[in-house]
Amino acid sequence: MLPIALDKATRVIGILMHSYKEYVALMELHDNVDSNKVIETMKLFIGKIYQRPPLRSSVKRTLRVREIYSLDVLEIEGRHVLFKVRCESGTYIRKLCHDIGLLLGVGAHMRELRRTAVAHLTEDLNLVTMQNLSEALYIWNRYKDDTLLRKYIVPMEYIAAHLPKVLVRDTAVDAIAHGAQLAVPGIAILSKNINKDDTVAVMTLKGELVAVGRALMSSEEILKAEKGIAVEINRVIMDPGVYPKAWKSSKDKPQIQQAMN
Amino acid sequence: MKEKGLEFIRTLDRIAGLNQEYVVKIDEDTNEKYGYLPYERPTELYIRSGLIVLDKPPGPTSHEVVAWVKKMFGLEKAGHGGTLEPSPM
Repeated sequence: MLPIALDKATRVIGILMHSYKEYVALMELHDNVDSNKVIETMKLFIGKIYQRPPLRSSVKRTLRVREIYSLDVLEIEGRHVLFKVRCESGTYIRKLCHDIGLLLGVGAHMRELRRTAVAHLTEDLNLVTMQNLSEALYIWNRYKDDTLLRKYIVPMEYIAAHLPKVLVRDTAVDAIAHGAQLAVPGIAILSKNINKDDTVAVMTLKGELVAVGRALMSSEEILKAEKGIAVEINRVIMDPGVYPKAWKSSKDKPQIQQAMN
Repeated sequence: MKEKGLEFIRTLDRIAGLNQEYVVKIDEDTNEKYGYLPYERPTELYIRSGLIVLDKPPGPTSHEVVAWVKKMFGLEKAGHGGTLEPSPM
């Protein structure tokens, strides 16, 4: 599977760049090995491992540490080992197979690989094929019926679904869309379990993603506070002008004064 | 209006396997004049604010597949959430 962000959603997809990935892989051993030995040896790869990126890769080929969160053998048939691995972003599964082969003493290589999840976005969630997409687009263009399109495409908010959420008042939305920080008085509803420094999704009361930022206060502190910056905004998603401008820029002040005179 | 918004937020939490509680700081509703409930965006905007979880064919690279999708929908931008590397193999 491959999560693809369309147009505006491109601004959000980067938050998944460094999150964990899950794959199902088929490894072929180069000689017969007892199944139990294979299973026990593979267990040794759970945790932090060293990997040197392969020749055919786009990163610098220096030894680096990657974490394997889980590694489960699903099936062994002769020299074929089917397994599921959950790992840190940037782990080379081909390399992992090679290294398992070295430790087993017989050699091994990767035959097939399929990604099953990028963070919380899994294969079970609305998996669509290129054919599905082209069909849905045809029906929309030809008959103006968007039912299939709406089935195959999910709102970009799904990308940030794993984050704690801060819902802001309509009057705070446009300031954030213009790059302002989120101050306490702009907050309407929030997740109860936010810790300081957590990455949070800033959303409207309709559930639209406005921005992604870092909490400068915990939920408890936000509830108690009357002012101050609650969330430092790192990435603005919403276009300016969607919600009304309820704030005054320094440029506006003279005009207001003029109007008062 | 905000009940519908909260319902969507709970859908997001469910997708991510979160069981979050929410607390209200200021009890205020949202005006339907501005923005949209994500599932009720007009078609063009719905597409341009969308995510596709693609069953990627094994041959082409992620970048090639993204380029096709971009062309299909006539979009200026599209990006994927794979790895930085061209191929994790």
